[in-house]
Amino acid sequence: MGNEAIALGAIKAGVRVVCGYPGTPSTEVLETVAKNNDGSIYVEWSVNEKTAMEVAAGAAYSGARTMVTMKQVGLNVASDPLMSLAYIGVKGGMVLVVADDPGPLSSQTEQDTRHFAKFSNLPVLDPSTPEEAYAMIQAAFALSEKVGLPVILRPTTRVCHACASIDVDDNREEHIPSGFEKDSRWVIFPRLSYKKHIEIEKLQTVLAETFSESPFNRVSGKGSLGIAGSGIAWAYAQDVIRDLDLDVKTFKVGTPYPFPEKLAESFLEGLEAVLVLEELDPVIEEALLEIAGKNGLKVTISGKKDGTTPYAGEYSYELVRKAIAEFTGRSDPEVPETTIPPLPARPPVLCAGCPHRASFYAVKKAMKGRKAVFTGDIGCYTLGNAKPLNMVDTCLCMGASVSVAQGIKRVEPDTRLFAFIGDSTFFHTGIPGVINAVYNQTDIVLVVLDNSTTAMTGHQPHPGTGRTMMGSVSEKIDIAGLLKSIGVKWVRKINPFDQKAAISAVKEASEVKGVSAIIFEAPCIALIKKPEAFSVDSDKCRACGLCIREIGCPSMFLIDDGKVQIEPSTCYACGLCGSICPFGAIGGMNHEN
Amino acid sequence: MRSTSIMIVGVGGQGTLLTSRILGTVGISTGTDVKVSEVHGMSQRGGSVVTYVKMGDKVHSPIIEKGEADILLCFEELEALRWIDYAKKDASIIINTQRIDPMPVITGKAKYPENIVEKIKADYPNVVTVPALELAEACGSIKAVNVVMIGVLAKRTDIAEETWLDAIRKTVKPQFVDLNIEAFKKGYSL
Repeated sequence: MGNEAIALGAIKAGVRVVCGYPGTPSTEVLETVAKNNDGSIYVEWSVNEKTAMEVAAGAAYSGARTMVTMKQVGLNVASDPLMSLAYIGVKGGMVLVVADDPGPLSSQTEQDTRHFAKFSNLPVLDPSTPEEAYAMIQAAFALSEKVGLPVILRPTTRVCHACASIDVDDNREEHIPSGFEKDSRWVIFPRLSYKKHIEIEKLQTVLAETFSESPFNRVSGKGSLGIAGSGIAWAYAQDVIRDLDLDVKTFKVGTPYPFPEKLAESFLEGLEAVLVLEELDPVIEEALLEIAGKNGLKVTISGKKDGTTPYAGEYSYELVRKAIAEFTGRSDPEVPETTIPPLPARPPVLCAGCPHRASFYAVKKAMKGRKAVFTGDIGCYTLGNAKPLNMVDTCLCMGASVSVAQGIKRVEPDTRLFAFIGDSTFFHTGIPGVINAVYNQTDIVLVVLDNSTTAMTGHQPHPGTGRTMMGSVSEKIDIAGLLKSIGVKWVRKINPFDQKAAISAVKEASEVKGVSAIIFEAPCIALIKKPEAFSVDSDKCRACGLCIREIGCPSMFLIDDGKVQIEPSTCYACGLCGSICPFGAIGGMNHEN
Repeated sequence: MRSTSIMIVGVGGQGTLLTSRILGTVGISTGTDVKVSEVHGMSQRGGSVVTYVKMGDKVHSPIIEKGEADILLCFEELEALRWIDYAKKDASIIINTQRIDPMPVITGKAKYPENIVEKIKADYPNVVTVPALELAEACGSIKAVNVVMIGVLAKRTDIAEETWLDAIRKTVKPQFVDLNIEAFKKGYSL
């Protein structure tokens, strides 16, 4: 897997400290380092990306090679240390692995990390394949140490989660950290920033020249037509050029910033037209337009800006072939029309037995007929927005449930506000929002969905679990204790599958002045052994369909007579269906069929 | 070497990721160039999932296009129909005869299509159906559906049985090796 290749490349390069926060498609990088750790590497899941970046910065100040991993939106959280770190610089090589997600397949935005590189004046490497990612991560460490700046490696989903066979070199480089040396260079002050800004800008020109010689940037072929590209779009382009047997000049860009200007000039020389193929934003396209403009070249550059290729969404071989065929005047083979009739969609859903379903349902029942807004957050529980639960009215970014609820409350004082947040997200960026509500005396109900893991990204530990990536066990941070200590006076821990207790607690919480908090505690089903499934007593089932209409459990289905059945292979016997059946027709192990 | 494009389609949670892992391991041990592309995260929660596996040829793109798959390994009937356009007309289409209702069907907003296997058979001559869930259950775990399916697939390749067994031993947790080997053999004998 590309992510494993990045991890193995980092280990090869002698990485000493690795920090990150889980996020698709970046998660497996840190996990792979932990799995292959001989004990000489310090690996942690940090509480959030900003923390990860700062821990890594400290280690890099002390001369260690360090890596930070996150998804693209994680870099937004870490952008504060990032921007200053570009001025301060590092001593040990520091590489930020920031995975972009065109599509997006599993993200809130389609933001392009190459802009962050440009914005912060940090070099960025953009791999097209897992093989290239393995080479690039090693080069990134060397470059970072050479120029004294963090370097960004920006793989995308189809590189992170593509698998290929690569030869791994087991000879690990030895880089002994020299330790932290006290020096005014580590203290950012306006005067230092001014001086540093001048230096950084000079360095960009030097780097652009270095990158013109980089093996990750290649110009080949000849003719008056040119194709430039990067990332996975470049991989598709290579297949298309071979399949259509084209003779064109090509420019593969592996270092989109600082842009390899000299090499680009040699690519543009003699060309009449250029097609740029890159996912997300027109970074290469704009760089080529600028160079063409600067040199007064008469070359047409097409891509996103003239509408040839789309800004949004993932690219495919078909999309790239169509663009290249049109650009080179070839006929594009017609894609045969589909004969498949419209099919029912299969959106992702909360798993059968998921405790979030019971938590949402309890709040829904308790607030039936009352004016209430439910703000949501990032995690599996965002899926609570789907019908029939319909319990997520807003979702913005990590931690926003808590603060968005406060804003709505200020405008709609007669509405009850419930902020739903998962345990890992609570630790990530949820806590400041709660402090804000306590301090400003805003009436909200905080609902912590504590399933003892970071479920969506594949069950990573967090401060509430006490387990660390170094295999040690630390004291679990108690969410209830934490809330009490910051001034939340009304805090209850409830098992959401005890619906009666859950509903009554929700009602009580909603009457509290100020912040009240319910912690719904029940482990993610992936952490427990599957118990014997529930079943439906068909004599008692009256085919009312209430269970199907109300809870949206993927284990339940209707049979011909309108009665309900439960799929035993997926049912986790959570009992939510049984607790709402008015006829007592659904039950567990000893239930009569 | 002749290249083979395999698409694995199913429902998140059915174990398609382990399937591609085993296929990848087989590819590496036979000295074949393998590319696998998977999707993780949100869609893995009971959504429609697809994994691409390309073996044999030096390819850059890890994705398979419409009409290109030599083998379509379907873990669920509706998903078989959803992705059938990606199979070549003479592709081996292996279908687990399991029906998992998606939420719109459960809540009555949509109907689950009837006679899916017959519909596919009308256009594609090489269709094999497998009661993988029952076979896996007989081995002691419904989670072994994926390895039963690999067994059926393995029989339709020219790669030795031992290579597949090795890959399973290398990929699954030690305590589940015996169960998975039994599941593989159930599929392989079909």
